[in-house]
Amino acid sequence: MSALVALLRRDIQVALRVGGGALIGVLFFLIVVVLMPFAVGPDLALLKKLGPAILWLGALLASLLTLDRLFAADHDDGSLDLLTMSRTPLELVCLTKAVAHWLVAGLPLIVATPILGLLLNLDGDATMAVALTLLAGTPALTFTGMIGAALAVALRRGGLLLAVLVLPLSIPVLIFGVAASNAAVLEPAGFGAPLSILCALSLAGLVIGPLAAAASLRHGLD
Amino acid sequence: MTLIDLANPTRFLSLTAKILPWLAAATAILLAIGLYQSAMAPDDYQQGATVKIMFIHVPNAWLSMFVWGVMSLSALGTLVWRHPLADVSAKAAAPIGAAFTFLALVTGSLWGRPMWGTYWEWDARLTSVLILFLMYLGLIALWRAVEDPSRAARAAAVLTLVGAINIPIIKFSVDWWNTLHQPASVIRMGGSTLDKAFLIPLLVMAVAFSLLFITLHLAAMRNEILRRRVRALQMQQASQPRA
Repeated sequence: MSALVALLRRDIQVALRVGGGALIGVLFFLIVVVLMPFAVGPDLALLKKLGPAILWLGALLASLLTLDRLFAADHDDGSLDLLTMSRTPLELVCLTKAVAHWLVAGLPLIVATPILGLLLNLDGDATMAVALTLLAGTPALTFTGMIGAALAVALRRGGLLLAVLVLPLSIPVLIFGVAASNAAVLEPAGFGAPLSILCALSLAGLVIGPLAAAASLRHGLD
Repeated sequence: MTLIDLANPTRFLSLTAKILPWLAAATAILLAIGLYQSAMAPDDYQQGATVKIMFIHVPNAWLSMFVWGVMSLSALGTLVWRHPLADVSAKAAAPIGAAFTFLALVTGSLWGRPMWGTYWEWDARLTSVLILFLMYLGLIALWRAVEDPSRAARAAAVLTLVGAINIPIIKFSVDWWNTLHQPASVIRMGGSTLDKAFLIPLLVMAVAFSLLFITLHLAAMRNEILRRRVRALQMQQASQPRA
């Protein structure tokens, strides 16, 4: 257990110090949200309608782009081989790394959502709803993304392949996240069902993600 | 002869060399019969002659899901039972399945234009089949990204099994969501709702398409085995000192 805690602390420290840390993901999120009004026009009513979708897409892309740092650095310096050979089950190792990744990459996105909601003319209710759905859905994105990261770990230029593998699996999370956010604004009674499904997807990812990632790492590295 | 007897690639090659011409002939005959029956089928009272796209569209759609099932079984063969030809089977099936999915999407789109007034609609069935197509392409990309075929096999096997969740979603999407695509008419509780005049040609075409898949799959597996032999010979030649 203490091995996993040590791994968690190490991963968080490395992620915070290297490669821009936590804020680079937030910066990318901000840039994507800023790009949208240039693309769709500055009509505030339209932005308010599209707001939850834009925030969800930005969060999805931001978490996608930070995914390859999940395993790549460890693979390059050889510590991934050590982790694979250690006594701690590889599934738990993957789970711990995913949790560390979510804390450093996913959580700051959620914290940044209210500010970005202002840019998109979203009112308080909508922003809180989006933040809550992101809180429920970004773990699912991290866990399914981990599967792609594990599959692409040994590839030299695997970044785009990683995105191609991960995005179809992230589509259900996106669908329900935006559905829940829109429901919170338009018909609050319909908020519970998509949110529950988001939580279910995250919980399912919690189990399937580490299992599949560990299987990929084991088979891909030998 | 059990499955393990086919594990020897040479024996597999010799066996398929013998049966492939017969399979191809049977496929051609059944396709001819099916197409004839489809042409002879009556016009639908609502859709007219356009309903006959169904005889191409539905078998393609069924096969796109069936091929992912075959790939999932092959993936289990690679990961669990370590069958030597399982990864050959998986790699050979992927482009064929992608082609079936693409044809299902295209024929469905062509059918949708006169029937629904639109080439495309983002309803549950069409979207999930489009995602299936994207996953096929991602799988093919993964196969090609890793140099060594046997290492690529294990990565692809994991991805195939993870993506298999999409198949029941596609099947039941018309029941779980309000879709433009019609609900199940053939494989459903309580039996088919299609009239026999349409059901028989459809089933004949489905069997013909399945035979087509088996023929193409076995031929592709033969090619893949030969391709790996060429690769092994090339690597052997490259490792020898220059004569």
